[in-house]
Amino acid sequence: MILTVLDDSPAALDVLAFAQSLGQPVEAVTFGGGDPDDLAKRGVSTLHRITSDELADYAPAASGEALLRLIEQVRPDGVLAVSSDRVTEAMAHAATLARLPLATNCVEVTTGDPWLLTRVRGGGMLLEEAELTADVALLTIAQGVSGEIGAGPVASCEVREFTPELTATQARVVERTSRGSGMTLATAPVIVSGGRGVGSADGYAVLEELAKRLGGVVGCSRVATNNGWRPHSDQVGLTGTKVTPELYLACGISGATQHWVGCMDSKVIMAVNTDPEAPLVRRANYAVIGDVHEVLPAIVKEIDSRSKT
Amino acid sequence: MEVLVCVKRVPAPGAKVPLTDDQTEIDTRYLGHTIGPHEECAVEEAVRIVKAHGGSATVLAVGPAAADEQLRYAIAMGADRGVLVDVGDAELDPEATAAAISHAVGDTRYDLVLFGTESADASHYQVGIRVASALGVPIVGGIKGLELDTAVDDGAVSLRREVADGVEVYRLPLPAAAAVKEGLNLPRYPSMPGRLKAKKARIDVVPYTPEPGGLRKVRLRQPNDDREEAIVLGHGADAAPAVVDVLTQIGVIA
Repeated sequence: MILTVLDDSPAALDVLAFAQSLGQPVEAVTFGGGDPDDLAKRGVSTLHRITSDELADYAPAASGEALLRLIEQVRPDGVLAVSSDRVTEAMAHAATLARLPLATNCVEVTTGDPWLLTRVRGGGMLLEEAELTADVALLTIAQGVSGEIGAGPVASCEVREFTPELTATQARVVERTSRGSGMTLATAPVIVSGGRGVGSADGYAVLEELAKRLGGVVGCSRVATNNGWRPHSDQVGLTGTKVTPELYLACGISGATQHWVGCMDSKVIMAVNTDPEAPLVRRANYAVIGDVHEVLPAIVKEIDSRSKT
Repeated sequence: MEVLVCVKRVPAPGAKVPLTDDQTEIDTRYLGHTIGPHEECAVEEAVRIVKAHGGSATVLAVGPAAADEQLRYAIAMGADRGVLVDVGDAELDPEATAAAISHAVGDTRYDLVLFGTESADASHYQVGIRVASALGVPIVGGIKGLELDTAVDDGAVSLRREVADGVEVYRLPLPAAAAVKEGLNLPRYPSMPGRLKAKKARIDVVPYTPEPGGLRKVRLRQPNDDREEAIVLGHGADAAPAVVDVLTQIGVIA
């Protein structure tokens, strides 16, 4: 049996379908949440729901401990988890407590002894083929895996509440502030992003202008953050935010691998750069060869003149 | 305040990530090496903490003898001393890496142990958690804000991290550990006196023979990059009409 650790993100359904394609019965576990009717439609007949007063607000080590107690009880052959920050952290705690290995960000999985895996390194820079030898295979599944067709629907999905005794409760959320409803890099349909070629903090004004007209937000490369031109929260890339907008407009960004892996899943990439050989210019869908401060004002002007007519 | 920072020597790839002939490592003959960005922020934070609260910052790397370079870089940034756990050239799995760090720490008591949330190359997301568990201290990852409170008995640390819908704050009693992310601070460039100090600094070398864990790397491969060459829409300001045509066509202009 394969146990899938799900959250309420759309990626969880991909992980479920991916797990079902391995050809073993699949059960689901959530930290609260989970819709049994929907899971029944997707062929899952058992939902383990971890509930505990100790987990009323998120506690990383306690979540891992709870997960491990469930694993010990239901004894799956493997555990496939979504790769959100929280679930990855909980899986790492569970693996640590159990003294088991953990393979994170897997994209290909073959069960067996050992399990054969392909996992993503460096946010997508490289793929690693690996062997996992363990009593229970613990894996997180990278975002963007495409699930093969899952199992057929079942009549109903039984919800089993699981309330373990927890001891690892030292680290827990003590305070929480919510973000406003504003658009973020993660949600914006358009990102106008600037790098070294923008030249200065003030140089971003024209990117802001264009982003406003396209209903998007401004992003940046690591160079811009390191120069203090933009806050780190604007940074796209391996160590910033991984983005998937409809349009990623890269302005004066040469496109080192660390940046590329943060924007490569954008639907359309357009690059503006003086260097026709820049890696991002070659990898983009569309390119304009030229200086950001000549090209962008002209685009803004063109949009404005068309909207008048 | 005694602070330990764990860093990793990683290749510094540019636009391409070449592999060795046997496809088990990144070919670094023409690349440099660096400390991962998350860990560079961890070093910076440790240096700032020691400046504000006294004590010392120790930086530790598990890796080949050449990781000496990364330890000296951290000392040039302001760390006080370095520990190199020499395990040779082969890349260790996360269980073995954590065991190597725990071995080197031994009975030394640190008030705060800092890691990067994940290494820049292997991205396992777990070494910090495994070490913290072995040392018996609590840990939270993904940290972008850190504040020490020395007014309470043994001290405490507030840790802040960004989540999808906002920010969450943890408060841990010391000793504690945190796995941090870039954005925590803006790391300094080493000063000239810092570099001179680092050149002469003593690095403690701890030999260690690792026991492999259950995850074994077989080989690396490049992801498929079957993108077509970009369509060049034009040069300079003259390209604007063609650009706006495309923007309209893909539906980002109404």
